[in-house]
Amino acid sequence: MPFLAKWYDLRDLGNAVGAFLDWIRDLGGPDWIPYVVSGLIGIVAILLWLLVSQLAFIWIERRVIGRMQARIGPNRVGPWGLLQPIADALKLLLKEAITNRYADKPLFWLGPVLIFIPALVVFAVIPFGEGMSLADLNVGVLFVIAITSINSIAIFISGWASNNKFALLGSMRAIAMLISYELVQAFALLGVVIFAGSMRLGDIVAWQSEFNTWMFLLQPLALVAFLIASAVEINRSPMDISEAESEIVAGYHTEYSGIKFGFFYAAEYFAGFAVSAIVVTLFLGGWTAFGLERWVPGWLIFLSKLYLVFFLFIWTRGTLPRLRIDQLMAFSWKFLLELLFIHILVVGAEVLIWHEGDYPAVVVLPIFAVINWTLAVALVVGWATFMGHLRPERRAKRAVLTQELGATYFRPAGGHGTGPMGEA
Amino acid sequence: MEDTGSIVAFWLLAALTLGSALAVVLIRDLIRAVVLLITSFLGVAGLYITLSADFVAVVQVLIYVGAISVLMLFAIMLTPRAGRNNAETFFRIPGILLAGLMAFTISLVSLDTDWAVVERGGFEETASAIGEALLDKYVLPFELAAVLLLVAMLGAILLVHPEGTDEE
Repeated sequence: MPFLAKWYDLRDLGNAVGAFLDWIRDLGGPDWIPYVVSGLIGIVAILLWLLVSQLAFIWIERRVIGRMQARIGPNRVGPWGLLQPIADALKLLLKEAITNRYADKPLFWLGPVLIFIPALVVFAVIPFGEGMSLADLNVGVLFVIAITSINSIAIFISGWASNNKFALLGSMRAIAMLISYELVQAFALLGVVIFAGSMRLGDIVAWQSEFNTWMFLLQPLALVAFLIASAVEINRSPMDISEAESEIVAGYHTEYSGIKFGFFYAAEYFAGFAVSAIVVTLFLGGWTAFGLERWVPGWLIFLSKLYLVFFLFIWTRGTLPRLRIDQLMAFSWKFLLELLFIHILVVGAEVLIWHEGDYPAVVVLPIFAVINWTLAVALVVGWATFMGHLRPERRAKRAVLTQELGATYFRPAGGHGTGPMGEA
Repeated sequence: MEDTGSIVAFWLLAALTLGSALAVVLIRDLIRAVVLLITSFLGVAGLYITLSADFVAVVQVLIYVGAISVLMLFAIMLTPRAGRNNAETFFRIPGILLAGLMAFTISLVSLDTDWAVVERGGFEETASAIGEALLDKYVLPFELAAVLLLVAMLGAILLVHPEGTDEE
C-alpha cells in the first residue's frame, strides 16, 4: 500500500487524501470512482468531526455557562462530568418519542429530519484548509445564504405540525425572524464579496492571505451584523425567541420528545458550527493566520478559530438576556439594515477608488480599515442615540398584530408607554 | 447531455419537479402543499445545475425556497381556518383545461423548435457575466425594475393599511 507512506504527513490532510485518490485512480476503473470516493471521504470526515465536536461542546457549553452563572454544571457522570453528553444521548435514545394524536404526522416526522439538512450541507463549501473543501463553488457565498434560510422552514414545519399553540407561536416567530434577518445577513456578506471580488469561499480566504489582513479588520460592522443575524437564524440565545422557554414553553419543539428532540438539540450545535465556520472563512482569514499556516496545519488553525467563534456564541448565551420579539424585529429593520446600507455604499466607494486609482494595497487598506472602524463606531453610537435616547416615541413598540389580538400591557397615564417595563 | 450521469439526474429531477408540482395541486392540506412546492422548486434548481447555470440555480433556492415559500407560509398562517383545508374550488374544470392546454402548447413548441445544440465544454462561470450584464449594459431596466417593485410594495401597503392604526 504505497499511499500509506504519506498518511504520516499530518500537516496536510489533503495530501494524504490526494495520495489515496491517486492510488485508486492508478488501479484503473471508470472515472467516477475516485470522484465518488473523494466525496465519501469528505462527508464521513465532516460527519465524524461534527459528532465529536458536538459531544465535546455540549459538555463545554454546560460547564462554561455554569461557571458564568456561578453554578457548578454537570459534574456527576464520569470525571468532571465528562461523560454527561453520552449519558444525555443515551437518555434521549431510550425515552419514548411521543407523537401528539392531532399532529400532522408526516410533517411532524419531517421537521427534525429537515433541520439537519442546512446545517450539514453548508459544510460542503467550507474550505477547511488549502484545497480541503468538498465543493469550492464559484457562488459559495450565495449558496451559504440560500441554504441557511431552509433552517427556518424546518422550524416552521415542526411547529405547525405539532398542533400546539405554543409551538405555532414559536414557528410564527421563526418565520418573522427569517424575513427580517435574511436581508441583514445578505447585506453583511455583500460587503465582503465587494472587497474580495469573488463569491468563491476559497478565493476570499486567498484574498485575505494575499493582502495579509482579516476581513473583520476592514469591515467590523459587517462582522457584527452577520454574527447577530446568524445567531437569529440558528436560534441561539439571546435571539432564540422562537424557542423562548421563559415565554412559550419550548417554542417550536414543545411537543417533541425523545430522540426527535435530540435531533433539534444536535442540529442546533451543527448549525452553530456551520455559522462559526462561515464567520471564520469570510472574516477571520480561514485557514491562514499571517504566515503561521506554514508551520501549523491549516485545518488546525481553522478549527481553533472556529471553536473560538463558537465560544463567542456560548458567551453571549450565558451573559445576555433574551430579547423581546418586537425589539428584535425593530432592531433589524430600523437599525442594522440602515447601517448596512451606508456600510455597503462606503465599501463600494472604497473599492472603486482603489481600483480606479490603482493604489498599492499596503497604503490603501490601513486607511480603509481606519475609515470603516471610525464609521462603524460613529454610526452605531449616532444611530442608537438618534433612535433611542433623543426620541422616546421612536422606541420599539408592540407589534400591531399583538395589539389587535388584544394583548394587555401596562400603559402609564397620558404617556407613550408601550411595554410592560413602562418605558416612557 | 450525453453521459449517463446527466441523463439519470435529469430524469430524477424532472420526476421530482413534476411529481411534487402535481401533488401540490391535488393535496388538500395547504401547508403540505407549500412543502411540496418547495421540493418542486428544489427540483427546478437541480435542473438548472445540470444546465451549468450555477448562479440561477442558487438564486432559485434563495428566492423561491428561502423567500417566496416563506411568505406563502406566513400568509397561510395569518389566514383564519384556511390552513388545514384546501377545500373545493369552482375552477377545477377550467383549471384542468387551461393546464392541459399550456402543457400541450409548451411541448409542441419545444418539439417544433430547432434547438441550437451547444458543444459540451468545460464549466463556465455565469455569475460574473450576469453581474456585468445587469450593472453595465442593462443597468437602466435593472434599476427601473427595482423602483417599480418598491412602488408596487408601497401601493400594496397603502391599500391594505386601514386608517388610524399607525399610531396607538
